[in-house]
Amino acid sequence: MSALNIKKGSTRHSAYNLRPNFSDVEERHTITVLVENEPGVLARVIGLFAGRGYNIDSLTVAEVDHTGHLSRITIVTTGTPQVIEQIKAQLGRIVPVHEVTDLTVAGPFVERELAIVKVVSDGEKRVEALRLADIFRAKVVDSTLGSFIFELTGSPDKIDAFADLMRPLGLTKIARTGVAALLRGD
Amino acid sequence: MTREMTGAKMVVQALKDQGVDTVFGYPGGAVLPIYDEIFLQNDIRHILVRHEQGAVHAAEGYARSTGKPGVVLVTSGPGATNAVTGLTDALLDSIPLVVLTGQVPTFMIGSDAFQEADTVGITRPCTKHNWLVKDTDKLAATIHEAFHVATSGRPGPVLIDVPKDVQFATGTYQPAKPSASHYQPPVKGDMEEITELVAAIEAAERPVFYTGGGVINSGPGASQLLRELVEATGFPITSTLMGLGAYPASGKQWLGMLGMHGLYEANMAMHDCDLMINIGARFDDRITGRIDAFSPNSTKAHIDIDPSSINKVIRVDIPIVGDVGHVLEDILKVWKSRGRKTNTEALAKWQAQIDDWRKVKCLTYTPSATTIKPQYALERLEALTKGMDRYITTEVGQHQMWAAQFLGFEDPNRWMTSGGLGTMGYGTPASIGVQIAHPDALVVNVAGEASWLMNMQEMGTATQYRLPVKQFILNNERLGMVRQWQELLHGERYSHSWSEALPDFVKLAEAFGAKGIICSDSKDLDDAIMEMINHDGPVIFDCLVEKHENCFPMIPSGKAHNEMLLGDADTQGAIQAGGAVLV
Repeated sequence: MSALNIKKGSTRHSAYNLRPNFSDVEERHTITVLVENEPGVLARVIGLFAGRGYNIDSLTVAEVDHTGHLSRITIVTTGTPQVIEQIKAQLGRIVPVHEVTDLTVAGPFVERELAIVKVVSDGEKRVEALRLADIFRAKVVDSTLGSFIFELTGSPDKIDAFADLMRPLGLTKIARTGVAALLRGD
Repeated sequence: MTREMTGAKMVVQALKDQGVDTVFGYPGGAVLPIYDEIFLQNDIRHILVRHEQGAVHAAEGYARSTGKPGVVLVTSGPGATNAVTGLTDALLDSIPLVVLTGQVPTFMIGSDAFQEADTVGITRPCTKHNWLVKDTDKLAATIHEAFHVATSGRPGPVLIDVPKDVQFATGTYQPAKPSASHYQPPVKGDMEEITELVAAIEAAERPVFYTGGGVINSGPGASQLLRELVEATGFPITSTLMGLGAYPASGKQWLGMLGMHGLYEANMAMHDCDLMINIGARFDDRITGRIDAFSPNSTKAHIDIDPSSINKVIRVDIPIVGDVGHVLEDILKVWKSRGRKTNTEALAKWQAQIDDWRKVKCLTYTPSATTIKPQYALERLEALTKGMDRYITTEVGQHQMWAAQFLGFEDPNRWMTSGGLGTMGYGTPASIGVQIAHPDALVVNVAGEASWLMNMQEMGTATQYRLPVKQFILNNERLGMVRQWQELLHGERYSHSWSEALPDFVKLAEAFGAKGIICSDSKDLDDAIMEMINHDGPVIFDCLVEKHENCFPMIPSGKAHNEMLLGDADTQGAIQAGGAVLV
């Protein structure tokens, strides 16, 4: 018996290229994770993403229930459908994790990010920056004769759009919080 | 009832309340208060190992052979870092362990103190969970919770880091009670999925059970239920390395182990089946071979307690998340209530096909009149120890695969091997842990000489505690599996895969206070094995075997189950570039 009756080139798929049955299209998902707020819990979550090679596009965390010591972590990630499924299952087996919700699947959901943007300019550019900030409903939270700091809340896309517009008008620094998100309705 | 006591006393009290009888450990500065408490009591036996890695593997051997969690006590810094390999091994093979590490006092944490290491940071990815306890009042409850986490759901190692000032301080002892934590993994499978699986069982023409370590971890009851289901349906059954013994090797339906060095009939059945029932296995890459050619025409069911195992590697059609024992019970119940149906006509044909595959006799090797073939050595070990109260541990490499192929396991918990991590140096300390748990049993560590040298210091532990462990070393003076891969993949350039300057194992045995036996002639082998078995004490058996024997059958990397190599004649150019990058 020959064990080698295989066509040349038919073994290009390695065992690490595992997903013939799944879509290869990467999807963006917003996942919220309710965790016990104990030391190291964020390291567990981040370590899982780093150790298994998953992406983190954005991550926010804060205690949301002070009496129950529960924190909500909101993670925006991209991956193929199978990777997204794995991420949720792997998050679910972390011992202090109470609940994993994929808002992109469970949706519709509200997604917000806060940014503060410093714009240094003068003359016409300064006026234009202020005018655009008004259109975006950004608030001026600090101002000098040569600069503004705007505060802006919205979807990541809106913040990207605002930053793109401000760049030629003197944007020097931007700080973003990452996404916080909740399901709509009850 | 609550009581005031020191943290150190709490540790011992909590272990007693958890029913612990044995702790494997090694003292050091940061655990001295706990060692003081161990000195002052007689309920818990402390086994002093020679290296912390040995403590963890010994605890694994104890855990795998008893079904109870293994307990380890080591000091801070190097004590903890030396335990990391054992923790990773236990994590990959789902072995319940509770590891206690000492830590520098809380007020010195972060100051790079003597023997300080960020133990919870280092062990976070290699434990199921870990805790740094900074408050003596919380110590007892944390230990109780640690046992709950280690043993529920998918078992695994947990670690509790206890700073020295927490050990000295007095606090209130919280007695053990059922865990109130939110961590309560469900054990019952979904009845709809179970019913769907039963329907598939009734209709299947070419079914196969593919079982794994999850059956063993689920307890002896799960193995009993598995046997009942296999006998009642008449389906063939194969198992991963980790699952050997759940179904008896003498059973009529037994196909032998599957996977990279599994049996031809097992792998062919996996490839050609129309219904694959995975029970407590995880589609490891040693099992599947090339993924896109893995059992292409089958409906796949997967029973696993860990939801992350489902669809991780292979997409399955019938996922059942639950404990193997509970799910098997429900499968049997539903199947019986629906009239115990199987497709008998098709099954007879399938059986005939399997019988044809068996005729290939894939474990055939070329016998030798002059040298001892490693396969022959294991055949004789099997023949001469059959029916004995026997436990086998192994190291990692060719000998491990030959042991899995040539030794038969009739019961669960009798076979201790490093599967997922493939840790050379596992077997000797594991054999010690097994012998501690089963003092009157025959415990044999089937080893290669290279693996064996990695934790040979534990022979001191064996002689100290008069543990009659038998170190059966198949000595080919080579890193056999590395050599085999270099032969097949790297143009026979044997880069650093030979064992130069080996010790005289007989003298080494004598130096440790053990018995040394050397055997190089197959004619003497039976007598030498009997001498090993009959010696009332630890033995190092130096079995000089054929140096260039390859382990077959073999699915080369990047190949499918039906592309097995059966012997040296098949190997020419067998692994192509795509496969060569794999391990």
